Amino acid sequence: MRYAMAIDTLKCVGCSDCVVACQTENNVPFGFCRDWVVEVTDGTYPSLTLENRSERCNHCANAPCVRCCPTGASHITEEGVVLVTHSKCIGCAACITSCPYDARYTHPDGYVDKCTFCYHRLKDGLLPACVSVCPTKCMYFGDVENPESSISQVLKNRKWKQLIPEAGTEPKLYFLI
Amino acid sequence: MQRREFLKISSLGIGGFALSGTLLYEYFNSNIDEKDRELKKFPTYCEICFWQCAGWVHLNKDNKIWKITGNEKDPHCNGRLCPRGTGGLGSYFDKDRLKKPLIRTNDRGKQSFREASWEEAFDLIAKKMKDISSKYGPESIALFHHGSGGKYFTNLIKAFGSDNIAKPSFAQCMGPREVAFAYTFGTGLSSPEPLDIRDTKCLVLIGSHIGENMHNSHVQEMSDAIDNGASIITVDPRFSTAASKSKFWLPIKPSTDIALLLSWINVIIANGWYDKEFVELNCEGFEQLKQHVQTFTPEWAYGITTIKPDVIVKTAKEMFNASPSVIVHPGRHTTWYGDDTQRLRAIAILNALFGNWGKRGGFYIPDKTEFHHFHLPEYPKPAWTWKNAVDGKYNLVDLGLANVLVDISIPKNKAINDGKTIKGWFVVGTNLTNTLPNTPHTLKAIQNLDLLVVVDTMPMEITGWADVILPECTYLERYDSVRVSQNRVANIAVRMPATKPLYDSKPAWWMARELGIKLGLKNYFPFKTQEEELDWELTQIGSSLKEMKKIGVKNIPTPDHNIYIPKGETIEFNTTSGKIELYSADFEAEGFSPMPVYLAHPEPEESFYRLIYGRAPMHTFSRTSNNPYLTDIMDENTVWVNPKIAKQWDLKENQYVKLKNQDGIVSTFSIKVRITERIRIDSVYMVHGFGHDNKLLTQAYGRGAADTELITNVLIDSVMGGTGMRGNFVTFITEEI
Repeated sequence: MRYAMAIDTLKCVGCSDCVVACQTENNVPFGFCRDWVVEVTDGTYPSLTLENRSERCNHCANAPCVRCCPTGASHITEEGVVLVTHSKCIGCAACITSCPYDARYTHPDGYVDKCTFCYHRLKDGLLPACVSVCPTKCMYFGDVENPESSISQVLKNRKWKQLIPEAGTEPKLYFLI
Repeated sequence: MQRREFLKISSLGIGGFALSGTLLYEYFNSNIDEKDRELKKFPTYCEICFWQCAGWVHLNKDNKIWKITGNEKDPHCNGRLCPRGTGGLGSYFDKDRLKKPLIRTNDRGKQSFREASWEEAFDLIAKKMKDISSKYGPESIALFHHGSGGKYFTNLIKAFGSDNIAKPSFAQCMGPREVAFAYTFGTGLSSPEPLDIRDTKCLVLIGSHIGENMHNSHVQEMSDAIDNGASIITVDPRFSTAASKSKFWLPIKPSTDIALLLSWINVIIANGWYDKEFVELNCEGFEQLKQHVQTFTPEWAYGITTIKPDVIVKTAKEMFNASPSVIVHPGRHTTWYGDDTQRLRAIAILNALFGNWGKRGGFYIPDKTEFHHFHLPEYPKPAWTWKNAVDGKYNLVDLGLANVLVDISIPKNKAINDGKTIKGWFVVGTNLTNTLPNTPHTLKAIQNLDLLVVVDTMPMEITGWADVILPECTYLERYDSVRVSQNRVANIAVRMPATKPLYDSKPAWWMARELGIKLGLKNYFPFKTQEEELDWELTQIGSSLKEMKKIGVKNIPTPDHNIYIPKGETIEFNTTSGKIELYSADFEAEGFSPMPVYLAHPEPEESFYRLIYGRAPMHTFSRTSNNPYLTDIMDENTVWVNPKIAKQWDLKENQYVKLKNQDGIVSTFSIKVRITERIRIDSVYMVHGFGHDNKLLTQAYGRGAADTELITNVLIDSVMGGTGMRGNFVTFITEEI
């Protein structure tokens, strides 16, 4: 069982609903975010392309943020979700520096915070808030080790890419292109 | 490493800022046990835009408002709210909200208000209304409204004796489309537009930026259409989000759209790429149309639009190949150049020729339901309405024109007949001074008023001009009328308060009733509470408030309604001829061209660029520009400038400039430059709704620039009186700001 997420860039309109939903679901303080939207334009008028991506922590299988954590607050669950135990975190921010995706931030309460794949919702059979809210339904989430899951199907049938694969972190975020 | 900002664009960064110690932050508790997370939920429909998605307001275990999610049974959103709906909490938590009734004590234009009780406020309003009525007649009171509160004040003003009522969404937005379609197909499109996007094979967007406009279910359906392999054709001078997902993007020269449309009609007729049977059975005026478009060849259109002839032909063929599952989307905000009703006539005609009316993947026939309100006494017949004041102009229009009401409010206005004047305004749920173009004109009208009452949740600019400000509570804190929607299946949705109103704010329903009672109009407000009224209404259709509280949304299908009409059937249209009118005799009778023609529009002079404006998906103009959830993602607009132009002006990315228009008007605030290839060299683009100059809006004040300020050249639509806003040109002011 390994959770992963795929975002279809052909359908994403960059509306940032995923950002607002995450904020209200997880009480993310203003000025910080667990997910964000990246918009990349390429070409010269009128030969242009535009890609929209909803980004967040990649919940890497080979996570540098887990390796470098001095207290073990940063850990990975058996389903592959990278989490931070707030009470163990001393806010040293070594993990923030180690992350090639800039996915973490220091919460005003002192601990390091990031996307949790809405772990508190998963056990109730709910999808992460971002995936549930997305108006274009361009986000897929599920067990990438189960060939029947919708995410496995879509990764099989579509072209996809990952961010900074050369860093060797084995990210679990896929972008359909 | 620096914390990433919310919305990162490859050439632009947007910063948020941490808010601490606000009312909002106090409610946050990140350590809630999952099982205790949700205490209860209340049904609502969103008030952040006019798509009115139904959803649920959730309370946490501390009985505080926690989040808003979509109602899965609602076809407006299918359980998924857009970013504005999701962030609707911000309107409730906004600490800048209006809190108490306020009464003006000083000179007009100066923000010197004192707090008052509701009683005192209503007494003052009632007295002034009676004074105005005795001097000038009850017709001298006008109502401008937008949003749910408008219905109650409409009842009040009509009961008082005036029919001078207007929504800016007509003459400043949808008017040209509604009139054009009414005189082609016999009906306007209303909302949500009955477009079968999810099953279309070809979606043509000409003046629509779906994806940046968040008409929720339509954005969802466009996504479905993409999954189904539909092709999208986008006609837009800007590389919009929709353009980036299009098979064909036609980067049209602004103001030339009618030429393209006429040329498409020429091509499809010349090649037989239209539904001959459908046209034969259901259309009137085809021979005249065929004759009319003969000279509007792709080569002719190329010279005007800069779209190559082969592209015009290719896209026409693409549309035909998909037909009848093709939609030439008529857009919504259609008040551009003053010939807008004619442009929408061309769009209507094009759709008609493809025979997509009542077809899967085209325009479906919406299911509507009869919804009965309590029978009220008949309204007094006004001695005059705005229509009398314009003496025969706009005969084809029935709905009020906000700009005309403003014109009538200016004394000795030569354009308006004598003896008719408006001396009192109610402005409910619309920031009128920033909504109507040519703000100085609106302010001139305001100076003449004896009474200006503003009903709003926020201290928008219009409140600064009011005599009395009545603080409305937000949609999370009140009941409202049942939402009655047209769709593939007719349905209703309810709104119930999730919490008591904050501060001394009140629902518009209550305000209108209290005022009505003071004015001796109690008979028009028969219910003591809104629950009683809603329960009565719901009982008429076999439901109840109790049931609706549990489900939020209910389908009320009309038996035997078909959203599709079988091929080969003759359809009865509600037009003069009973057919689709490709040639409009009604237009001709009024002196308008019976078929659309292309008129060249003025182009920008050297160093000036056409100002075009639009939406961002996380905002609804003024409605959200102070919302902390949404300003956290986008807190200012930018002016999009083509790199070639930026180079000429030596503009740097993220530099701030002011804009000056052709009439010498300079924007009050400066605006950040976004250098992007996505905009033509002859235009600049900005999102509407920023540049607020009311300091009471602490999140919005001074952020970005207001396009409305720069829209002083207003192009009036000759057919329906709409205010075309795209005929303004700006230049940059780069001196030290």
